[in-house]
Amino acid sequence: MASTFPKSRTQDGHSASEAKLSRTLTNLFFANRALTRCLSLILFFGIWQTLCMTGFKFFINFQLLPSPVEVLEATVEFFTSEPGVHIRSSFYRVLVGFAVASLLGTILGLFIGWFRIVEDLMMPWLELLRPIPAVAWIPLAILMFPTAETGMIYITFIGAFFPVLISTIRAVENILHDIVLIRVGQCLGANKWFIFKDIVLPGALPGIASGLTIGMGNAWFCLVTAEILAGRYGVGYITWESYVTSNYPPIVMGMLLIGLMGALSSWVVGRGMQALMPWRVINKQGT
Amino acid sequence: MISETLPKIKTPTGPLKGAVNVEGVSMVFNESSKKRSRPRSEPVHVLDSVNFQIKPGEFACLLGPSGCGKSTLLNIIAGFIKPTAGYVMVDQQPVTKPGADRGFVFQQYSLLPWKTTYQNVELGLKIKGIPKAERQDMVGEYLNLVGLAKYRNAYPKELSGGMKQRASIVRALVNSPSVLLMDEPFAALDAQTRHMMQALLLEVWETLKTTIVFVTHDIEEAVFLGDRIFVMGVQPGRIKAELPISLHRPRHLDDVMTPEFTRTSRQVFDLIREETLKSMES
Repeated sequence: MASTFPKSRTQDGHSASEAKLSRTLTNLFFANRALTRCLSLILFFGIWQTLCMTGFKFFINFQLLPSPVEVLEATVEFFTSEPGVHIRSSFYRVLVGFAVASLLGTILGLFIGWFRIVEDLMMPWLELLRPIPAVAWIPLAILMFPTAETGMIYITFIGAFFPVLISTIRAVENILHDIVLIRVGQCLGANKWFIFKDIVLPGALPGIASGLTIGMGNAWFCLVTAEILAGRYGVGYITWESYVTSNYPPIVMGMLLIGLMGALSSWVVGRGMQALMPWRVINKQGT
Repeated sequence: MISETLPKIKTPTGPLKGAVNVEGVSMVFNESSKKRSRPRSEPVHVLDSVNFQIKPGEFACLLGPSGCGKSTLLNIIAGFIKPTAGYVMVDQQPVTKPGADRGFVFQQYSLLPWKTTYQNVELGLKIKGIPKAERQDMVGEYLNLVGLAKYRNAYPKELSGGMKQRASIVRALVNSPSVLLMDEPFAALDAQTRHMMQALLLEVWETLKTTIVFVTHDIEEAVFLGDRIFVMGVQPGRIKAELPISLHRPRHLDDVMTPEFTRTSRQVFDLIREETLKSMES
């Protein structure tokens, strides 16, 4: 201990100003989490703009890509025309699809997780349908549904349904695997229904929550696919339409808008589920 | 002393409940039920015709090295698992499944993480359909009994290990079970907390007079707590010896310093040493 003392003192003197500078920078950008996140976005767009301006081309080609500034122009143009109707119809399709998917996925998942007979009856064909991508459903959606609108909702439903279903099944199975908690109920005289509603259901909630968050994202994921189907409105429709007419900046704008709306609604779902689980305290590294 | 301040918790006056009768209980685990990782392995004789009787109101300790099947035996009394042969009677009723007449305190922390201390303790009364106002009174008093009144609205994650086990104990007791089954409930606690919990448990037991079957591998713990110790042997698990503990009651923490306590512990130690060596060799 004593032998290292003088050495560290000289080092201190040498790098005092450097240390101070790095501390100031750290405090400025990393002490505030919101600021850290802003910084990450600025860096993302900054790097993208630089790559476009310098005409970066090494395996990935940025020369023909719309730059953030061009995308911004397209965005301004979009928002000065009539953005409301597009955003509304997209939100409507995604939210209705998601709502049906989360209701059906959670209820079915609880049943499949809890009853073996339901699992045996449902899982074979559900597993068969699960890997089918949303885009492959387009022709059938046109044939099956009375209106284009319901067909589109069906496509977003397909995206959200399976993550919710599978997460719910696994969550129920996990809590059933934790035999101690089930036994706690049993030796307090609980019947099966009580064990289900007071132990299995709240215990499965974290898993269901992650299924809902992923499902929300996936519903947006399928929006472009859904809006290929028909219509004149929708953010996905604009994206697809711009591709058909080779107008590239609006494509990127549509992509980013979908990303933004998806992130926003996933965040809302996450927050909502967190409110249902006040007993969960999450401490991450670096807090 | 406790019953003066806590009117709902009364020392029982009539005949005590909780006679436990274990008759010829054997347990064999074979490949189909447990050893899926080792197919076609030999069936394991965990328990071999175990017999014993526990009197109502008695504090009985099942003591043995790991692998002697003491937890399995407790799980059979609780009704969580069915024995391969033999049966268990509690108050002349055969045990077929878990029930509220047999409270259980687990070795692991077993409070439901999504319920507060109050809600966890309330569980059994809620299942019984006891009205809310009465539930509140009873749970409040039981929480007082183990000094958890301040933590009634805390979630298990916010409690220390000792607090969690205290809450688990009253969660079982608030149901007024005939028997309280305890599976190494203090094994995960540090030594100081463990001693405090042992003293607290004795105090609670002397108030409620609930029959307790307490599984442990800790000799001092068994001697300090029990009226009787059933020393278990390994390969296969069986009752090797039965030992009444004549230390006077009520017992206090510093009783462990008395020569009488040391002598009794020594006696148990000699009984159990051979079995421990056997279990280490396997």
